[in-house]
Amino acid sequence: MESMIRNPLGEPASMRQAYGEALVQLGRDREDIVVLSADVQSSDFSYMFEAAFPQRFINVGIAEPALVDVAAGLANSGFVPIANTFAFLFASRALEMVRTHLCFGGANVKLAAAYAGLSDSFDGPTHQTVSDLAIMRSLPHMTVVVPGDPVAVRKLLPQVAAWGGPVYFRLCRNEVPEIFNQSYAPEIGKAMTLIAGDDATLIACGVMVARALEAARRLAERGIHARVVEMHTIKPLDTGIVLRCAQETGAIITAEEHSVLGGLGGAVAECLTQHHPVPLERVGVEDMFAESGPYPELLDKYGMSVEAIVSATERALARRDGQVSQKACATA
Amino acid sequence: MSYVYPYGTRHTAAMIDDLASRAYAYRAQVLDMVYGRKSGHIGGAFSAAEILACLYFHHLRVEPANPGWRDRDRMILSKGHACAMLYTVLAYRGYFPVAELGTFRALNSRLQGHPEPHRTPGIDAAAGPLGHGVALGAGMALAARAEGSQRRTYVMVGDGELNSGVIWEGALVGAKFGLDKLTVIVDYNGVQQTGTTQQVMPTEPIADKWSSFNWHVIEIHGHNVAEILTALDEANEIHAKPVAIIARTTKGKGVSFMENSPAWHGGVPNAEQYASALAELEGEAARWRA
Repeated sequence: MESMIRNPLGEPASMRQAYGEALVQLGRDREDIVVLSADVQSSDFSYMFEAAFPQRFINVGIAEPALVDVAAGLANSGFVPIANTFAFLFASRALEMVRTHLCFGGANVKLAAAYAGLSDSFDGPTHQTVSDLAIMRSLPHMTVVVPGDPVAVRKLLPQVAAWGGPVYFRLCRNEVPEIFNQSYAPEIGKAMTLIAGDDATLIACGVMVARALEAARRLAERGIHARVVEMHTIKPLDTGIVLRCAQETGAIITAEEHSVLGGLGGAVAECLTQHHPVPLERVGVEDMFAESGPYPELLDKYGMSVEAIVSATERALARRDGQVSQKACATA
Repeated sequence: MSYVYPYGTRHTAAMIDDLASRAYAYRAQVLDMVYGRKSGHIGGAFSAAEILACLYFHHLRVEPANPGWRDRDRMILSKGHACAMLYTVLAYRGYFPVAELGTFRALNSRLQGHPEPHRTPGIDAAAGPLGHGVALGAGMALAARAEGSQRRTYVMVGDGELNSGVIWEGALVGAKFGLDKLTVIVDYNGVQQTGTTQQVMPTEPIADKWSSFNWHVIEIHGHNVAEILTALDEANEIHAKPVAIIARTTKGKGVSFMENSPAWHGGVPNAEQYASALAELEGEAARWRA
């Protein structure tokens, strides 16, 4: 299983470049794809599609509610629209359109949510998004997918387009380490075990997958063999793998570029508390807005450093083992 | 199922009177539905009666037996709260049995409190939260153009709904792409939930607003069947611009004590009011049939 990840991780590569190129390839493969933008195609690189297929590209201007409504209208005739704007705008300004027409009305529209998490780092908290996974995940019929690197973007975008129903496809603005090699074969709804290990499980999504891999390496140096699972689909959650990891490792640590409330950590917590409670530590942004700054340092400052994952793992293990010894005391 | 006047039928006096009479009969049906369920929106349904009757029994190219026909004309009731009237018209047009109208807003019914596509045959878009129709319609018209289809897209909006910003986002999109097969009909009844539109949020000069957004504007009396039919025909002849038909209507039209009253936006009649309203509506329906 480790053959699908690069060791060491690849050089940083641009997520949006990968997205733009994947979009063009999708346009070549499928004539029913139309791409819409709220005038940010130069930001999210959907301009590449515009250049290749100008007749299938629609710029609605700086009007995110109309972006989603127009896309829903196109979907009504069987086109597969991919709407593009910043993640926070889908999850806030245009949310009612998303809920009413995509989730309730069933319009088969894909949302390419650019600049998600803290990745629009210098633009600051107005442009960052720490709540979108929680918001989108709560909507009936919405599917939520978070690619972990440029390779994942290329592999997952065609699946997003082919998925039967609306998808929130969460994209990072920046250059991020290439995690995967070409043998990576993700499938929406199925988590991937990247590193074997039985001492604890790190479940990560997006750019935090690379950090979880690094955390696992550091933990291994201390003799802790953490399993690393990539949960690229936040909804529907692969509960089978979550429960298997809980049973086999007894401690779970989630890592996401999102608030610790309601996202990947929330989804995993819901699953564990109902079916197989084990100590869970959630790595992410505490309930706060971040600030402007360079991306890697911003992730570090707001709780998503490699060291934060390592510490969380140690806490989870202490809780797990503490519980075991308490049980042992009770029995004795 | 009621008789459908094929598109292109000359607007004879008999046809006009027949459609006018039906509009009152449909109001009586809506009154029954809301009275029966003790829930629903009468005022805005009544103001839309003639326009919906003209669309579905003369103008729209649709096939009730095949509601998913890709090349059908589209019709979005953006003012979704008026759906009791749309359901009534759809039932008489043959989309589902008229008897089913009695299930309006009941558990397990296909006739939801606000329109839901996929659940109800003939419904092209979800509606209820106001303001969506113009941008949705623009998307549908863009799709038709991309397919090289001649199908048309109609959107009925309320005038209160024009308070919503996304209406004007959609208007910009429609004009940018010159969507001449997109027609927005403003059911301009002048009253919204808590007062007149003049009190709540003045929208005048309404025609100037649409024409300044580069839409072709037609102003009509929205209960005058002849004017409605003529305006819909005129809209078909406009090129390179979308069309806004400003239809001056009366909220609660046809029942004297309901007309122009915000209280009848969502009010439910008691037994006495029901009987009195029904008598007025049946009287009008009979008068147009005579």
